[in-house]
Amino acid sequence: MTEVFVTKDAAPADDPLVVLENVNKHFGALHVLQDIDLTIARGEVVVVIGPSGSGKSTLCRTINRLETVDSGTIRIDGRPLPAEGRELARLRADVGMVFQSFNLFAHKTVLENVVLGQVKVRRADKKAAEQKARALLERVGVGNQADKYPAQLSGGQQQRVAIARALAMDPKVMLFDEPTSALDPEMINEVLEVMQQLARDGMTMVCVTHEMGFARSAANRVLFMADGRIVEQASPEEFFTNPKSDRAKDFLSKILHH
Amino acid sequence: MNVLLDHFSLFRDGFLGTLSLTAVSAVIALVLGALVAACRVSPVPPLRAFGTMWVTLLRNTPLTLLFLVAIFVVPQVFFPGLSYYTLSVWALGCYTSAFVCEALRSGINTVPVGQAEAARSLGMTFGQTLRLIVLPQAGRTVVPPMSSILIALTKNTSLAGAFNVFELFGAQKTLSELGYSIVVIFGWIALAYLIITLTLSGLFRLLENRLAVAR
Ligand SMILES: Nc1ncnc2c1ncn2[C@@H]1O[C@H](COP(=O)(O)OP(=O)(O)O)[C@@H](O)[C@H]1O
Ligand SMILES: [Mg+2]
Repeated sequence: MTEVFVTKDAAPADDPLVVLENVNKHFGALHVLQDIDLTIARGEVVVVIGPSGSGKSTLCRTINRLETVDSGTIRIDGRPLPAEGRELARLRADVGMVFQSFNLFAHKTVLENVVLGQVKVRRADKKAAEQKARALLERVGVGNQADKYPAQLSGGQQQRVAIARALAMDPKVMLFDEPTSALDPEMINEVLEVMQQLARDGMTMVCVTHEMGFARSAANRVLFMADGRIVEQASPEEFFTNPKSDRAKDFLSKILHH
Repeated sequence: MNVLLDHFSLFRDGFLGTLSLTAVSAVIALVLGALVAACRVSPVPPLRAFGTMWVTLLRNTPLTLLFLVAIFVVPQVFFPGLSYYTLSVWALGCYTSAFVCEALRSGINTVPVGQAEAARSLGMTFGQTLRLIVLPQAGRTVVPPMSSILIALTKNTSLAGAFNVFELFGAQKTLSELGYSIVVIFGWIALAYLIITLTLSGLFRLLENRLAVAR
């Protein structure tokens, strides 16, 4: 169980962007993250899969410190995550996050959602921020929805706005926590296509998702998590055709046969 | 009718006294209440503890007792030479701030945590998250209780009358001593309070409607 299977060609390259060393986290008595060591290279796309409750969301959320860790270090682009405060806020702006439930600001229009962070956090000029926001909304295919409120959009459209909102900060890395799990089936692809395009454009991405197709076509590496540990990591091809650990085999047989 | 006309300046001064007590202590209560609410939802444990203590202490102390402390203890121990008016306004403001804080906090709790998480993940500070994302969405749920709190405050200002601050209740006392019918005086005094409280609830209803359209 403690053995970690790593396939050689999936080993991280030499330009590390996100580095977790010996990270541990508890929720009360529950040890949700156990000795996590993870290096994500610049431009790498990592897909995290694993059974529900295995700690995937928590892992994502520790990377921009929405969750604190009990021990270990996390570095983004060489800088350790600072404690709560202005410094941390600045660093968070470099890490984009896309949530399962979109979390668009309900009292702001779509355009304002994408403008707000640029103006308030990056101190960008309002005009320039709007221009950039419109370009980003166009890029994710919701340019014509700019003046609506989030509640007036479909789930797929909302999630694409959420991606645009994160991209507006020019993040170094993007975290996706099950971005398509709350979507109706016919909307999943429109979001995955945006993510795929991002991956092709060289964005560093950490995606918690069970979308096999996306993992195969976009990921450089698949991490398999169970019980708070990274049990196995490999290239998507290797992982899906030839999983090494029993936990992964068991998990794959469940999600492939439903 | 005669009472009002004969002693209009007395009524007017009483009315203005009550109005100014209400307005000034309302401003203190709103500002302090917002600050204490921010403390109570902040990620810093000592601030949260301070907020909890503030609310528990002030909300559970009878206002009369608070007035006694403000009028007789505070000038002796902390700030000698403050006027009864200033001390009364602070007593009312601090007392009411505890209720304002709790109204704000219950409003804050109705906003889904995802909203604050999204704001934080964009790099907003705690203050920005509260000011730009959470409080504006808490607004609509906060308005009705806030209206009740300020109406209660208006009526509570009458306690200041017991400490030589001239307001409506003081006016009533003076007139009673002049021998006018108590029923008539009470009628006019009640009307004066109604003018203030009805204006308040009208303003808040307007605010509620404005916030309702804003989404
Ligand atoms: N805020 C929290 N408080 C207590 N327990 C939590 C909290 N968040 C998550 N957990 C628990 O931690 C474990 C891992 O959760 P999570 O990271 O969300 O898993 P996953 O995303 O892989 O489904 C689960 O057992 C969950 O119940
Ligand atoms: Mg999860």
